[in-house]
Amino acid sequence: MPPDRALSPTLLRWMMLGEWRARPSRVVLAIMAIAIGVALGLAVHIVNRSALDEFARAVRTVSGESDLQIHAVSPAGFPEGLYPQVARAQGVAMASPVVELAARTDTGGQFTLLGVDVLRAAAVTPSLIGRRPGADTFDSSEAVFQADALFLSQDAFQALGRPVGARVTVTAAGRSAELQIAGTLPAAASGQALGVVDIATAQWLFGQIGQLQRLDVRLQEGADRARVENELGRLLPRAAELVTAETEARRSDNLSRAYRVNLEMLAMVALLTGGFLVYSAQSLSVARRRPQFALLRVLGLKPRGMLRQVLIEGAVLGVTGAGLGILLGVGLAALALNLFGGDLGGGYFAADRPRLVFTPVAAVVIASLGLIVALAGSLLPALEASRAQAAVALKAGAGDAGDPRRAPMPWISVALLGAGALAAFGPPVGGLPLLGYLSIALMLAGGVGAMPWLARVLIRPLRRLRNPAPPVALAVARLWGAPRQAAIALCGIVASTSLMVAMAVMVTSFRGSVDEWLVQILPSDVYMRIEDATGGGIPPEVQARIAALPQLEAVDFRQEAPLRLAPDRPAVRLIARELDPATIKEVLPLVARADIPVGAVAAWVSEPMADIYRLKAGQRLTLPIGSGGTTQVWVAGIWRDYSNQFGAVALDSDDYTRITGDRLRSQAAMDLASGVRPRAVAEAIRELLPPAVARQTDFAEPRNLRAVALQIFDRSFAVTYALEAIAIVVGLTGVAATFSAQTLARRKEFGMLRHVGVLRRQIVLMLATEGALLGLVGAVAGLALGVAMSQVLIHVVNPQSFHWTMETRLPWGLFTILTLALAVTSAGAAVLAGRGAVSSAAVQAVREDW
Amino acid sequence: MFSRRQLLALTAPSLLLPGIAASQRGDAPVPPTYPQVRPGARLSFPADHGSHPEFRTEWWYVTGWLRAPDGADLGFQVTFFRSRPQVDQRNPSAFAPKQIIFAHAALSDPGAGRLLHDQRIARAGFGLAEARSGDADLVLDDWSLRRDPEGLFRTHAGAQEFALDLVLAPTQPILLQGQSGYSRKGPAPEQASYYYSLPHLKVSGAVTRAGRRVDVTGEAWLDREWSSTLLDARAVGWDWVGLNLDDGGALTAFQVRDESGQAVWTGGSLRDAAGRFTEFGPRDVRFTTRRLWRSPRTNAAYPVERVVEVRLPGGMRAFSIRPLFDDQELDSRASGGPVYWEGAVRTDGGRGYLELTGYAGALTL
Repeated sequence: MPPDRALSPTLLRWMMLGEWRARPSRVVLAIMAIAIGVALGLAVHIVNRSALDEFARAVRTVSGESDLQIHAVSPAGFPEGLYPQVARAQGVAMASPVVELAARTDTGGQFTLLGVDVLRAAAVTPSLIGRRPGADTFDSSEAVFQADALFLSQDAFQALGRPVGARVTVTAAGRSAELQIAGTLPAAASGQALGVVDIATAQWLFGQIGQLQRLDVRLQEGADRARVENELGRLLPRAAELVTAETEARRSDNLSRAYRVNLEMLAMVALLTGGFLVYSAQSLSVARRRPQFALLRVLGLKPRGMLRQVLIEGAVLGVTGAGLGILLGVGLAALALNLFGGDLGGGYFAADRPRLVFTPVAAVVIASLGLIVALAGSLLPALEASRAQAAVALKAGAGDAGDPRRAPMPWISVALLGAGALAAFGPPVGGLPLLGYLSIALMLAGGVGAMPWLARVLIRPLRRLRNPAPPVALAVARLWGAPRQAAIALCGIVASTSLMVAMAVMVTSFRGSVDEWLVQILPSDVYMRIEDATGGGIPPEVQARIAALPQLEAVDFRQEAPLRLAPDRPAVRLIARELDPATIKEVLPLVARADIPVGAVAAWVSEPMADIYRLKAGQRLTLPIGSGGTTQVWVAGIWRDYSNQFGAVALDSDDYTRITGDRLRSQAAMDLASGVRPRAVAEAIRELLPPAVARQTDFAEPRNLRAVALQIFDRSFAVTYALEAIAIVVGLTGVAATFSAQTLARRKEFGMLRHVGVLRRQIVLMLATEGALLGLVGAVAGLALGVAMSQVLIHVVNPQSFHWTMETRLPWGLFTILTLALAVTSAGAAVLAGRGAVSSAAVQAVREDW
Repeated sequence: MFSRRQLLALTAPSLLLPGIAASQRGDAPVPPTYPQVRPGARLSFPADHGSHPEFRTEWWYVTGWLRAPDGADLGFQVTFFRSRPQVDQRNPSAFAPKQIIFAHAALSDPGAGRLLHDQRIARAGFGLAEARSGDADLVLDDWSLRRDPEGLFRTHAGAQEFALDLVLAPTQPILLQGQSGYSRKGPAPEQASYYYSLPHLKVSGAVTRAGRRVDVTGEAWLDREWSSTLLDARAVGWDWVGLNLDDGGALTAFQVRDESGQAVWTGGSLRDAAGRFTEFGPRDVRFTTRRLWRSPRTNAAYPVERVVEVRLPGGMRAFSIRPLFDDQELDSRASGGPVYWEGAVRTDGGRGYLELTGYAGALTL
């Protein structure tokens, strides 16, 4: 063989396959680790894309393909006088006025009731034109004006389960009316529960005279869109705003983007863990083959050739794993879409099961990531193999290549950890906590890099033990002498443990904070809520009658309405309730408070709203309510809120009534007189309400509300839990495989020990001790690193993604179980592997070397 | 969207009211009450140029011939309709479809070989679609027909393929059809309309085609009718012709056909150059067919070449009519409208418009 040539392909194959044939489980594990990482990444991506596509389709259907839309800021709508102004605006071909209400059928089915002018909608939003059975075109006879004709989308039609021609009582905005199912909306997309009636009927029967909720606009051909939007923007009152298909899509995107990025990052974490497993597998295989490599060196192979050999092995692992991962990922995505729906339980998309959208580009990108991770995992072992001194390596066992007397230095790791800490203080990038994730990645790398050093630090006290049992003494000496070997075994475990701990701490803190918040925010005995009280609610005289009920000790009537403060942001919730500055602390979980000028209107802003709109306590704020169109209020305090992700602002009931003139209330919080059952109160109140309103009224006790809230919480984190579990299983499997490999490689050492009189039982005990110690070291390191990373999740990632904060809570139970599990798994794996290694004849084992 | 006679379809008893009854349980819906057309009423102007919103149907129907600078002949039609559907009058919503305005514009260009046409429809209100009372003032989105204080009618109708901007100047007194404007349309006395015409309108203005605007001149005819009950139950279609005669005379003739093609009713008038007026009764008009043209789209056979014989004091007089070109069929089925033939026609010594409805299937009543 000429000295400057690389390994011949045959030799390369022989070396690789020989090694893999000898240790198939390790190869399979490394491949599976990469495959799982790639699969998770791809699956999460596919699910997100599918869900977004579905959402975009849904948006297009609701808007009915109009070029742009003008939307009421609140369900109360805007004055219909805007309609002719918009219709006549430059560049507008046609405007189609729409009344849009949340409606219920007599069987409790819910749908969006649209009142449209068919003559306008036919040209602007054809998908909102109903079809009578048998008619194959748009019906131009006078029947189109049939006042009580209701056309249902396929979904609403099926949910109702009544034939065309049947009558149905529809309740919306606190009024009920009987309508006749006249036909369907064949062009409405699936997943949309829509009902269409004549606009005049909708205005009259549901109390919307003079008001519209929506204008669908078709632009003239060739009209300059930006100019038209600009022109319309000038026309709009504060009660209305311009929405294009793009801003609506952006809104939905913003809304779920943070959640999606979190999931994709978690998937990447799994891939990263896979990378560490490749690293440990390759390190061990390099260590095991050190004599072989040394022989090749002696035969004239250059270091570069060896580097190439190990990298090619890594590439083969990576390509195989990535290929498997793509298949697995598509399967996983299909499964997840079926089980959880398009938002993986996050609750962001109302539409049901989306179609799977396979994105080849993303598949290639994620597979390449898998390959890169595998190559990176192989790089260090490859470098090590190429640097080894041939003469030493030829005879060496499975110990550290370096001098055991020299302590490993953690400087690089310290630098990485420091950089990670710095990155945590960075601002969000494009609304996403990318620097927070970078911080976590840096901390992870630093933490893993510091393992040899940390292993020694943690082992040091054990070396001072007086007269330890021989197996313990041997185990401690081994770990002390070969910390890098220990570190290789540990890196997978530390990576997966720390990430899992970080997520677990975050979720525990979050859940605990939510639970505490629920207790704080729901102090009353019974809550009443009129579902979809668009433009409706309980009038003051009925409020007085309810308040006078002997069953009630106290009652606070409340009103809620969405309020859009910026055109491309989701509406915040405006809440009107009794808010006395003196007792505010008892009813709102305040995180900040400020004095406001005397006589000013106090607004209590939720934490997400303060974050999104950059508000501070004591600041002035303009709200688009009131007779003059806007009202100045002062931010008197900021309160913690997990229920309105896009923000909420609370005003005192009296202030709200004075500003808006709205005396109706759609919710109430009630304290019961002692001994009164909640159900009795609900019945008494229902009797006082008009029948249509009573039908839309729900009662709940805080107990149930809390249960429901926590259930939703757990469901939305179910996928997070699943991803975490996968990461930890991959990590634990890695630990087991690494131990068995290392143990097998130490056959000679065991032979030696047997020769000097160590009992087989003692060797097994030594291995168990080693395993347990390593497991403990891994657990301690993983916990420490994990808690540090959880602080980044809690104080950086969450506030930047979701605009809320929480208090750290440590899941001690989980920590204990995790530590024990790690120690037991490591010890068990070491013992299992050791039994095989020790069983072979001691003499034979030693002779291998001579 | 609708031909003028098709508008009569809307007078059929409809399914609307029972529906409303059910939606407002307990109290009965209030249907519209339509005034009847009676003989002896005196039309007064300009008030009667304007809308009569109480009546069930009404139209402003302009047809005419145009001449482009290159000498080419074009036919055009701009028509506005008002309909008062049978809906609950109690609904206070501004969107309640108590009045519907629709309009139709067409351009007959022998060069194109077919009819270019477009339509608009909206419920009246918000200034976007209005038929005002007091004088002719119709607006439907960007289309309009107005009579200005000088008595000139101005109209704009823009469509995808063409746009019309025309000024119509009356050159003759108003022609009251029937008995001083009371025009019978069937055997029963209430089957009638108020009907007057403005023949020999002098046209000036512009036609835009494919973005090119050309000045035009020509001569047009305005038909005005309003009524609440018009057609006999046996009627399936309608033939109408209005001719501006070169000597200044104006001929109107129509027949209402039954299923067998027989005339259920006929009528019309001739006002000669000297202003002498002759009204035609049910036995004074006869349409005979010279040539049928079969539509390749609908397979309907239209009698596009006809002879119209009318009884004058001096005896029967025949007008032979030939179309400007054959394919002036208006097929608006794609947008839910009817199919009929409405086209520019010539006669010896005159030009005008012919309308043929109910040939591609009966009118849906």
